[in-house]
Amino acid sequence: MNLFDYVRPASVAEAIAAASEPGAAYLAAGTNLLDLMKGGMSRPMRLVDLSRLPGLDRIDHLPDGSVRIGALVRNADLAHDAAFARSYPAIAEALLSGASPQLRNAATVGGNLLQRTRCAYFYDVASACNKRQPGAGCDARGGENRLHAVLGWSEACIATHPSDFCVPLVALDAVVEIEGSSGRREMALEALHRLPGDTPHRESALAPGDLIVALRLPSEARAFAPHARYLKLRERTSYAFALVSAAAAFHIEDGAIGAARLALGGVAAKPWRARAAEAVLAGARPGDEVFRRAAEAALADARPSGDNAFKIELARRVVRRALALAAAGTPARVPALPASPFSSAPGAIHGV
Amino acid sequence: MNFSISLTVNGVRREVGLDDPRVTLLDLLRERLHLTGTKKGCDRGQCGACTVLVDGRRINACLALALSQDGAEVLTIEGVARGDQLHPVQAAFIAHDGFQCGFCTPGQIMSAIGLIGEGQAGGDPERVREGMSGNLCRCGAYAGITEAVIEAQEKLAAPARRRSA
Ligand SMILES: Cc1cc2nc3c(=O)[nH]c(=O)nc-3n(C[C@H](O)[C@H](O)[C@H](O)COP(=O)(O)OP(=O)(O)OC[C@H]3O[C@@H](n4cnc5c(N)ncnc54)[C@H](O)[C@@H]3O)c2cc1C
Ligand code: SF4
Ligand code: FES
Ligand code: FES
Repeated sequence: MNLFDYVRPASVAEAIAAASEPGAAYLAAGTNLLDLMKGGMSRPMRLVDLSRLPGLDRIDHLPDGSVRIGALVRNADLAHDAAFARSYPAIAEALLSGASPQLRNAATVGGNLLQRTRCAYFYDVASACNKRQPGAGCDARGGENRLHAVLGWSEACIATHPSDFCVPLVALDAVVEIEGSSGRREMALEALHRLPGDTPHRESALAPGDLIVALRLPSEARAFAPHARYLKLRERTSYAFALVSAAAAFHIEDGAIGAARLALGGVAAKPWRARAAEAVLAGARPGDEVFRRAAEAALADARPSGDNAFKIELARRVVRRALALAAAGTPARVPALPASPFSSAPGAIHGV
Repeated sequence: MNFSISLTVNGVRREVGLDDPRVTLLDLLRERLHLTGTKKGCDRGQCGACTVLVDGRRINACLALALSQDGAEVLTIEGVARGDQLHPVQAAFIAHDGFQCGFCTPGQIMSAIGLIGEGQAGGDPERVREGMSGNLCRCGAYAGITEAVIEAQEKLAAPARRRSA
């Protein structure tokens, strides 16, 4: 780990001023940043510790039915907030399917959104990586790339975004509140992460010093609660990143799907909202035939970036299964194995 | 640059001077306070050997910067027994053979204490296994660990039940 200056601001304004200097980085819980610093993938010259900033650790259920989540709320506290889990069950399930209980106890909302890719070549400083070092090349192309992106990738970078939390958030139109040196603004979470294009090192729409202060979910998002699931395929049942995941949610009115929401994880450099699939679902009677067509629509633009053509078919199946689970209804409690396709009960599909 | 933080470790308040901001909570405990019960397995958040309770919550000490913990209350494996009387989770690990080499055990026990405190798993073995999935055991003592956690959580719940009865 490189040596750095450590500052612990007492206010948001002080934090922004301290982080606007070149080479500065915000430190939330550090479960991603310290890992990257230990490996030399990140080398900030100054850490601006957010842990003492007042007022950013609250979950406010607002009178208009929306919810505002402070950037320092811990992942576990959000998932276990009873009112939150009742209103946004797919988000609670996604949170509980990520990392480990210890990591979720520490990890913050802001840090989860801005965690970096798990591309093994990004993690190996001896490998060429355009994200770490613009122009260096990409050793994942032609390397071990079965886990890499199938949507939205570029010649410069084929990495995926690893967050589970972001997937149902983007499906439910979450908004991030940002404070920076030029004041406060907000943007759709969908616009926060960037696709790689020619500049994979530019991962988000944030400018230096920009601080995420909160995340908001609109009141309409609560209407999906009775039919909302997150499904995550991984190479072991727990404590593993997604190979492919999907968040599916809809309203059912008179036996037909009203509005539908669908997003995929593990397939692109950002949480991937599948609007074409949502259009296929709207107005249809729920059933495998329309779920199959929705899955086709969601993956219509997918192409392998290496040895990962299997992920395209896997993603279609994950979408179909997530839609079937959402149609069956949200379980009263997050399943023992959150977001897993497996169930401990013999003969049962998961989720019960 | 020199820093100074104050921590309560196993009930004892300590002022700790740090000459380097890079020290993690894990290295602070092991190298500076000589509390070597907390283990360093991966040092990268992947194994759970370094699990301690900070303000009552289980976290990975290897991915926590010591400076950020200023003012916190830390509980490590050295602080769970009362003199010669083992903590119920420690006793249950012995009774159920919840270990073999013992390297992962301090982390497992701290994680189990955290899990029981969180109150989410109850006696459901699947929820206990999932709740303990942040602690790897290379000796594969998982079956005994699960039994130990379930028994300890029943023991710890019993006095509370008696009180409320
Ligand atoms: C072994 C392991 C397994 C994991 N498995 C999963 C998994 O299965 N699914 C999953 O989704 N995640 C997983 N994670 C990642 C974990 O979710 C993240 O490490 C965590 O959410 C990061 O939060 P943090 O508070 O620790 O952020 P930090 O590490 O402190 O920060 C991360 C980044 O965000 C920036 N940042 C933090 N807060 C703000 C803010 N408010 N405004 C602006 N910038 C900010 C920091 O500068 C830094 O660049 C895993 C991590 C580990 C170590
Ligand atoms: S895929 Fe992206 S992150 Fe991975 S090595 Fe290539 S440029 Fe780097
Ligand atoms: S040593 Fe901290 S998780 Fe492995
Ligand atoms: S007892 Fe040996 S690693 Fe768990």
